[in-house]
Amino acid sequence: MSPLVRLLVSLAISFPLLLLNVVFIIWFERKTLADIYGGIGPKHHGPFGLFQLAFDGMKLIAKEDVIPAKADKMLFIIAPFLVFVPAFMTFAAIPVYNNIYARNFDIGIFYIFGATTLIPVGIILAGWASFNKYSLLGGLRSAAQQISYEVPLLMATLGAVMLSGSLSLVEIVKAQSKVWFIVLQPFAFIFFFIVMLAELNRAPFDMPQAESELVAGYNVEYTGMRFAFFMFGEYAMLLVMSALVTILFLGGWNSPIPALNGLVPGITWFVLKTYLIVFIIIWIRGTFPRLRVDQLMHFSWKVLLPLNLANLLITSAILTVVYL
Amino acid sequence: MPGAKTDTIKLNIGPQHPSTHGVLYIKAELDGEIVKNAEPQLGYLHRAIEKLSENRYYHQALPAVDRCDYLCPNLNELVYCMAVEKLAGIKVAERAEYIRVIMAELHRITGHMVWAGSLVNDLGAMFTPLLYSVRDREKLLDLVEKISGSRMFPNYNRFGGVKLDIPEGWLQDVLNYIDIQEKNLVDFRNLVESEIFDVRTKGVAKLTTKQAINFGLTGPLLRATGFDWDLRRDEPYSIYDRFDFNVITEKDGDLRAIYNVRIAEVTESFKIIRQAVKDIPAGPICNKVPSPLRPDKGDCYVRIESSKGELGVYLVSDGSDKPYRLKLRTPSFCNLRAVQELVKDYKLADLIAIVGSIDIVLGDVDR
Repeated sequence: MSPLVRLLVSLAISFPLLLLNVVFIIWFERKTLADIYGGIGPKHHGPFGLFQLAFDGMKLIAKEDVIPAKADKMLFIIAPFLVFVPAFMTFAAIPVYNNIYARNFDIGIFYIFGATTLIPVGIILAGWASFNKYSLLGGLRSAAQQISYEVPLLMATLGAVMLSGSLSLVEIVKAQSKVWFIVLQPFAFIFFFIVMLAELNRAPFDMPQAESELVAGYNVEYTGMRFAFFMFGEYAMLLVMSALVTILFLGGWNSPIPALNGLVPGITWFVLKTYLIVFIIIWIRGTFPRLRVDQLMHFSWKVLLPLNLANLLITSAILTVVYL
Repeated sequence: MPGAKTDTIKLNIGPQHPSTHGVLYIKAELDGEIVKNAEPQLGYLHRAIEKLSENRYYHQALPAVDRCDYLCPNLNELVYCMAVEKLAGIKVAERAEYIRVIMAELHRITGHMVWAGSLVNDLGAMFTPLLYSVRDREKLLDLVEKISGSRMFPNYNRFGGVKLDIPEGWLQDVLNYIDIQEKNLVDFRNLVESEIFDVRTKGVAKLTTKQAINFGLTGPLLRATGFDWDLRRDEPYSIYDRFDFNVITEKDGDLRAIYNVRIAEVTESFKIIRQAVKDIPAGPICNKVPSPLRPDKGDCYVRIESSKGELGVYLVSDGSDKPYRLKLRTPSFCNLRAVQELVKDYKLADLIAIVGSIDIVLGDVDR
């Protein structure tokens, strides 16, 4: 197969699949949240309201596409794609099973974080181009937040990287075939999880779109499909990060029960673990209030960063002793 | 950057905004995230209740007064009825006094609970805590509907008593409701009082007693600063002197203290209702009142402790069958005054929380 055909085939398979997953997560979130606050959630369209999102999508497409008169038109149009495209780019490096992936990068982790750093650019542009004070504040918050949380995020990842000795995600999962890294690196897991919430702009770190303060933050002026692109990008990132937690700390496609090894396809475990993480993230959103923006910064630089460094130091010390 | 010039931005928060509790419009001046000034602009929900009342017979003003503080309508009715009764020298039926107290305390509970839920909402939580409170309020509205026939605006109090007698089994329903609410309160506290809630509320909008008195703050806001003042105990109206309850105070005067005061007051309300249900006598529910009612020339000021603070009515009669002047001293309006001073140099997120903490009901502010 020529590379071009391969690319087109994999795109034709993976893109709808991802979109389907993202749509499912949105439905899943609405259903879970409704359950938490004692509501029902979508229920009219299809079984359990599963087709709700199809109707939502239709509505968004049919909406008038408003670009504010004083907005910076070009940036306003580009911004949603800068959020949407990198989020979907990252999937290229995510291995679902030891031979199911788009590309097995040697530096898969770097690739993923490289792509995700583009997302705040899109958010800042959206905030700036909308010519709206709320979205500007949302964009600025996002910039500050992403910069200060990128560092602890990478550091938390290093825990898993040091143990496996590889930056390739497939190798990292293979290194966990006996013991998952959540056991060896419990603190790194906790740090990664917290920082991930901030990276995703999810509660309790959803400052950039803080509904009660900034109405909708950076996407306040976006309507129709442009808004949908932000939404898709956001939830795609939620999926990527959940998958990343699964790969880095929860043993990827390795079975949690050794007896079931080989009986159940590994991909099932991968999906289950990923959705477990998704569920926990939604659960947190349903129950916690939001941190304040200065507390967020304080938490990152004064709490997470030193603790991460300490964790790395101890890990490397132990590794040195073990491999001496 | 040396020599760089920075400027503040003016942000219009509201009148349509997810967290202004109605149609409050705040003109805020921000330096980045820091609030330099915030000026509440009122009048978007002004329905001229005071003026309307002047053009109606005394009893016709009741439904209008109902609509001030729409979370605790019964308290508005109560204070208006008390003012008219004082002016006209009407005695209230014994049984009605008990019913009034039960209704007032039920509404106080729901006022506090909805306040707590929406405070957490303002702090950025999903709707979960708010919907927990609203779920419980629903049960209360059922009770109100059973006794008065109407859910939101009972229009239940009358001069000299109340409109209808208690339906069969209602008192037991009240006790059941309190039991459920008591259980749910534990749930609610477990849900809300997290670490994040602590860091968001402790030390925010700190007030001293002196400041609070200077702002004219009343109710839980004043008690949270450590000032022991509750009209129910210190200036007993209706039959509050017959019940045994505590006045809750806290020392800190910050958001957390206000929260603690209100949640503890809910428990005190449970106590009062239980006592009232136990002691309620049989008898008539309303004394005879001349119709049309023509109080003698004169004026009076009556005040009660609403869930938000001191709720007062100043009523002037010129001897005719309509009030000459009805002035409502509503706690939301008076407490909102403090916002402008309180929020200075806090973050934008705190501004929302502080406005929420004051427990403004815009119907009560604009009237």
